[in-house]
Amino acid sequence: MVSFILRRLLMMVPLLFAASIIVFIIIRIGPTDPALAYLRLSQIPPTDEALAAARDFLGLNKPMVTQYLEWIGRAVRLDFGLSYVNGRPVLDEILYYLPATLSLAGVSLLITVTVSLPLGVLSALYKDRAFDQAVRAIVFFGVSMPNFWFGFLLVAIFSVTLGWLPPMGRGTLAHLIMPASALALMSTCINIRLVRASVLENMNNRSVLYARARGLKEKTVIGIHVLKNSLIPVVTVIGMHLGELLGGAVVVESIFSWPGVGRFAVSSIYNRDYPVMQCFILFMVIIFVLVNLLVDICYAWLDPRIRFSRSDK
Amino acid sequence: MVRNRKIFVLALAIVMAIVSAAVFAPLISPHDPNEVNLEMKLSPPGFDHLLGTDHLGRDIFSRLIYGARVSVATVAAIILLVLAFGLGIGMLAGYAGGIVDAALMRLCDVFFTFPTFVLALFMVGILGAGMGNVIIAIALTHWAWYARIVRGLVLTFKYRDYILAARAAGTGRIKIVVRHILPPVFSQLVILATMDIGHMMLHVSGLSFLGLGITPPTPEWGVMISDAREYIWTQPSVILWPGMMIFLTVMSFNLIGDVVRDRLDSKGKGDT
Repeated sequence: MVSFILRRLLMMVPLLFAASIIVFIIIRIGPTDPALAYLRLSQIPPTDEALAAARDFLGLNKPMVTQYLEWIGRAVRLDFGLSYVNGRPVLDEILYYLPATLSLAGVSLLITVTVSLPLGVLSALYKDRAFDQAVRAIVFFGVSMPNFWFGFLLVAIFSVTLGWLPPMGRGTLAHLIMPASALALMSTCINIRLVRASVLENMNNRSVLYARARGLKEKTVIGIHVLKNSLIPVVTVIGMHLGELLGGAVVVESIFSWPGVGRFAVSSIYNRDYPVMQCFILFMVIIFVLVNLLVDICYAWLDPRIRFSRSDK
Repeated sequence: MVRNRKIFVLALAIVMAIVSAAVFAPLISPHDPNEVNLEMKLSPPGFDHLLGTDHLGRDIFSRLIYGARVSVATVAAIILLVLAFGLGIGMLAGYAGGIVDAALMRLCDVFFTFPTFVLALFMVGILGAGMGNVIIAIALTHWAWYARIVRGLVLTFKYRDYILAARAAGTGRIKIVVRHILPPVFSQLVILATMDIGHMMLHVSGLSFLGLGITPPTPEWGVMISDAREYIWTQPSVILWPGMMIFLTVMSFNLIGDVVRDRLDSKGKGDT
C-alpha cells in the first residue's frame, strides 16, 4: 500500500510540471502585454520608458525558458509574486479566499453523497416503478439545468417570493443552503445515475443469484452482496465531481456574492491581474490532482484487485 | 418503449425548432434583437412584444430567437474542432503506436489534470472574451477526452481480420486508415459528441454569464440571464425565458444522445 501511494505521488510530479508549462504557454500567447496590465493596475501612465522599466522589472525581456524556470522555481517555494492590484502577496490573498470556496464545495459534495446514495439505491431497487420513474425524471431535468439559472430560480422562490433565505453573502448556515444546492445539483444528478446503474449491474451478478439460492434473506443479499460491491466504483467518481464543483463554484459564487476564490479569480481576470490568475489555476490543478490521488488510494484500499494488479508491474 | 419514443420525437422536434429558429432568425423574429427602446423597458408580455422587453427595451422573444443562432453556431464550431483534433491525434496515437502514442497520451494526461471549466475560464481570461476565443478555449479543454477514446477505438479495430487482410493485400497505410478505420470510429464518435453537446452548451452559457464568453450586446442566452440578474426582484420573468431556452435545448440534446447510445448499446449486445 505504501509503495502504491509513493508511486502515485511520484507520477504526480511530472504531470504538475507539465500542467504549469501549459499555464505558462497560455499566458504567453495571450494578446495582452502583462507589462501593460501591470502599469494600468499600478496606475502608472504607460509611457515607453515606464513600459520598458516594467518589462525589465517583471523579467519579460529574458528568454522564455529562463522566465519559466524562474517563475516555477519561485512557485515551488510557494512564492507566487505580488498582486498587480494591491501589491500584496498572491498566496496570502488566495489563502484568504480559499476557505469560503472549500466550505462551499465541501458542503456541496456532502449534499451530493447524502442525496444521491439513497435515491440511487432506492431507484435501482424499485426499478421501473413510480418512484424510479420520478427520480429519473428529476435527474433528467437536473443534468440539463444551467447551475446559474437554477441559482436564480432558487433566489426568486426562496428570497424574493417567500423571503425565507438570504439572497447573498456568507455567514450563517442559511446563507449556505442555496449556493450549496445550486452547486450540488449537477453532480448529485450524475451520481444518482451512476449509483443506480452500478446497483442494477451488481444485482445481475452471479454471486447474488447464488446468495439467493443459498436461501439468504433478501436484506442480507442486497446489503452485503449488492450494495457493498456497487458502492466501490462510486467512490472513484468523487474526484470527477470535484472538478465539476470547482468550476461550478466560480459561477455560483458570482450569483450569491459568495466571498470565495472563484469570485476573486473572476475579478482578477477582469483586471488582468496575471499573478493572481496563475496562482488560481495552479491551486485548482493541485487540489484536483490531490483529491483524485486520495480517491485512487481509497479505491485501492477498498478493492484489493487494484492494489495488487498494479503494484506487481 | 412507446412513451420513450414519444419523448424522443418531442426532443427531436425541439432541436429542429431551435435549429430552424437559428437558420431563419431574421425571418421569424418580429423585432431587431438589438433595437433599444428605453421608453419600453421591462414592459410585460403583450401583443407587440410576445415575452415583453428587457432593461433596454429590447424584444425578448427576438433576442431568444437570435440567441439560438449564437448557441447553435458556437457549439457546432466547438464540436467540429473537437472532432478534428480528437480524430487526428487519437488516430495518430492509435495507429502509429510506440513512442508517438506514449507522447500523445501523456499530453492528454496533462490536460486531464485541469478541471475543464476552470481551464476554459482561464484561457478565455487570457485570450479575451468573444465568440472565437470561447470556441477555442472549450475545444482545447475537451479534445483530450476524444483523442483518448479514438485511440482506444483504433486499437480495437487495428488488428481485426479485415484490416490485416487489407494490409496483406498491400493496401497503403493511409488508405487503410481512411477507408477501413475512420468510418467505424467516426460513427462512434458522433454519438459521443451528441451526448456532449448539452454539456458544452452549459459551458458556453456559463462563461457568457460571467461576462467572459460571448459578449453583449450579442443576444446570447447566458448573457441575457446575466443582464437580467439585477431585475430579479422587480421582474423575475426576464430571467426565466433565456434560462428556459438553455434548459430545453440542453435537455433535448441530452435526450437524443441517450436514445442514440441506448440503440447502439442494444445493437452491440445483439452482435455478441
